[in-house]
Amino acid sequence: MTEAGVEQKLSSGTNAPSIKMKGEKVSVHYGEKRALFDVDLDVRENQVTALIGPSGCGKSTFLRCLNRMNDTIDIARVSGKITLDGEDVYDPKIDVVELRARVGMVFQKPNPFPKSIYENVAYGPRIHGLARSKSELDGIVESSLKKAGLFNEVKDRLLESGTGLSGGQQQRLCIARAIAVSPEVILMDEPCSALDPIATARVEELIDELRQNYTIVIVTHSMQQAARVSQRTAMFHLGYLVEEGATDKMFTNPDDKRTQDYITGRFG
Amino acid sequence: MTDAISSFGAVGRPVSIHTDGAAKARLKGRYRTETWFKWLGAGAVALAGLFLVLLLSTIVTQAIPALRQNYLTLPIDLSAAKVDPAKLDEVNYDAIAQEALAARFPDVTSRQDRRLLRGLISTGTGVFLRKDIAADPGMLGGTVDYAVPVDDFADLYLKGLLADVGSDEAISTSVTPSKTSGDIDLTFGDDAMLALARGRGATEGENGMLTLTSGASSLLVVFNGGTVKLTALWPGPSGTAVAKGTVIEALDSTAPAASGQAFLRVIDTPEASRKISDKEIVWLDTLKSAGQIESRFNSIFFFTGASREPELAGVWGAVVGSFLTMIVTLAIAFPIGVSAAIYLEEFAPKNRLTTIIEVNINNLAAVPSIVFGLLGLAVFLNFFGMPRSAPVVGGMVLALMTLPIIIIASRASLRAVPPSIREAALGIGASKAQTVFHHVLPLAMPGIMTGTILGMAHALGETAPLLMIGMVAFIVDIPGGFTDPATILPVQIFMWADFPEAGFQQKTSAAILILLLFLVIMNAIAVILRRRFERRW
Repeated sequence: MTEAGVEQKLSSGTNAPSIKMKGEKVSVHYGEKRALFDVDLDVRENQVTALIGPSGCGKSTFLRCLNRMNDTIDIARVSGKITLDGEDVYDPKIDVVELRARVGMVFQKPNPFPKSIYENVAYGPRIHGLARSKSELDGIVESSLKKAGLFNEVKDRLLESGTGLSGGQQQRLCIARAIAVSPEVILMDEPCSALDPIATARVEELIDELRQNYTIVIVTHSMQQAARVSQRTAMFHLGYLVEEGATDKMFTNPDDKRTQDYITGRFG
Repeated sequence: MTDAISSFGAVGRPVSIHTDGAAKARLKGRYRTETWFKWLGAGAVALAGLFLVLLLSTIVTQAIPALRQNYLTLPIDLSAAKVDPAKLDEVNYDAIAQEALAARFPDVTSRQDRRLLRGLISTGTGVFLRKDIAADPGMLGGTVDYAVPVDDFADLYLKGLLADVGSDEAISTSVTPSKTSGDIDLTFGDDAMLALARGRGATEGENGMLTLTSGASSLLVVFNGGTVKLTALWPGPSGTAVAKGTVIEALDSTAPAASGQAFLRVIDTPEASRKISDKEIVWLDTLKSAGQIESRFNSIFFFTGASREPELAGVWGAVVGSFLTMIVTLAIAFPIGVSAAIYLEEFAPKNRLTTIIEVNINNLAAVPSIVFGLLGLAVFLNFFGMPRSAPVVGGMVLALMTLPIIIIASRASLRAVPPSIREAALGIGASKAQTVFHHVLPLAMPGIMTGTILGMAHALGETAPLLMIGMVAFIVDIPGGFTDPATILPVQIFMWADFPEAGFQQKTSAAILILLLFLVIMNAIAVILRRRFERRW
């Protein structure tokens, strides 16, 4: 752990989880349009941080800054500072490939590769050289699928196409694919928006289990989901971070009127 | 409820704006438009289909005769007296074949007629004979039955394309010849022949004299083992008819042929308006009825190179030339085109320079193909001094022409790969190149291959750019490599279509058919590849 990380751990008290990622004055421009205004937000280790807010409020934009997925958009420009364990992720010395291996991502729409279930999970470990032998790779695939709660459903058809699974299974496959590279942080961009309630419940359970080993940031439109799975919640509105705090407090006694209104369904 | 609606309708509207008369009329109008469109569409498709069927059936019916060639089997004397086994190269094989043919028709004695007779067999006979003897020296030492290809006009006649010949009809009266050869008089038992000659375009003269000029149908009387061509007729004494005629094949005797023993053969097409004389027709018919003529699969057409003689001309040289050219085109255009597309689509920054490049690539696809030919001439031939008429240069020129097509098709199919796949790969830490080569390119491949094959098919049918670099030359040899002089199928078709000989008409159609077959095969491959590699995401 870096010095800054240690400092933060000390300053935040003995019981409070340490800060895994930290955003300071993060602003994003898409061309002329400014999408994010000086957001300061901490992501704590082994906790689920939920980002909520109405559509177009900048929560997904912030999420995509954390593993530099915004780099793929030509017109996007990020300013401010985002650190992972105290290291600036936008530092030119940081390799974006390494960053994305450490900060994995699960997308809104399940997007398995049009390859076999096995290949979907094995692809990450293979490109990062995480397995030295076929049996080791098999082990990673199996444990990842188990962690994602999918193994029992697909163990007999690992060589069938990943796109042949149901929507919920596909999303869990994507989660398995993300955890197969052993990331430290998993970013989830509305992972349940394309799923039915039963599949959603399974993914939420999974998120809760994954919290033991990973730090999770989740963007969601569902207040209930944020309340159910997260420990901390951040409310965005029109590109500004309105309020951030423990989920319990946010949903019972928010400081900001806008949060209150949004949570109770008065706008958004 | 009703009150509420009628109160709404009180402003002048009936029950509902969606059910009143005007609405019904509007709905009807909408359906009418739809019906119109459907019928117009179906009509357009039917019309297009009709034209296609018309085009194909024309080409196919024209091409079918070219698929077969008639061969004349002659007993050829290859004894040591004629062919010295030690000096095979010095033998005049043409003369040997011609002697065999002359021996078959001993009556033909005049120089003119003998030349005509020699013309029945192909001028390539000697070459075939020499090759076959070289391949099988066992033929030497005696007389062998050897099949030689007949000349193009003889071939066309045998296929029924030069003259309309009626079947032999029995003459229901006696026929008495005055001599067995030369110019003779024939006496017919009745005057039915006069009416027949009149009906066949005979010129009326004084005293009922009928002259059969070369503008009239030819009337041949076949009897006593010979054939006589009638030249003039006039009424004889007591209801008979007398005719003057030329013997084409000598008669056995001057004995009168009884009723039903002589036959009349009418060649409807006048001699003046066909390219084969009565004599040739009679010889060929004799050979045919003797079973010496055989129609075979035209292997000459499929497996030899070009020739100025229609019966010796083949497409194989052009097919090989096309194939070599296409290999060069594919080897250059595919890797460069796909790489350029990948770079422009996935890696290049989007700035003014890449926009200019993009616009120019699109423009390049619209440049007339002959301009590429000029470019090839100026750059490859004049500047780099590459060989003329060679498939390697043709392939390079066509590659330049195909490049923009491949780039545009490849970029379109790369763009069609959903961004979610890219994000998925990038999201687990794949590098840009890994994302492109492991995920995007495989998914775009069916589209890229389809575009490439269609581009190649386009190049295969191209003539203009290759005229510029000399691939229009008359090349007899089959090209053995990329730098040998060669021609290609469309150019071959172009040249054959230009030749005046009637025999080339069928060859042209047959070559078009082969080109179409190539294109159909290429398009079928494109469809199969697309079906096979198409993956859903």
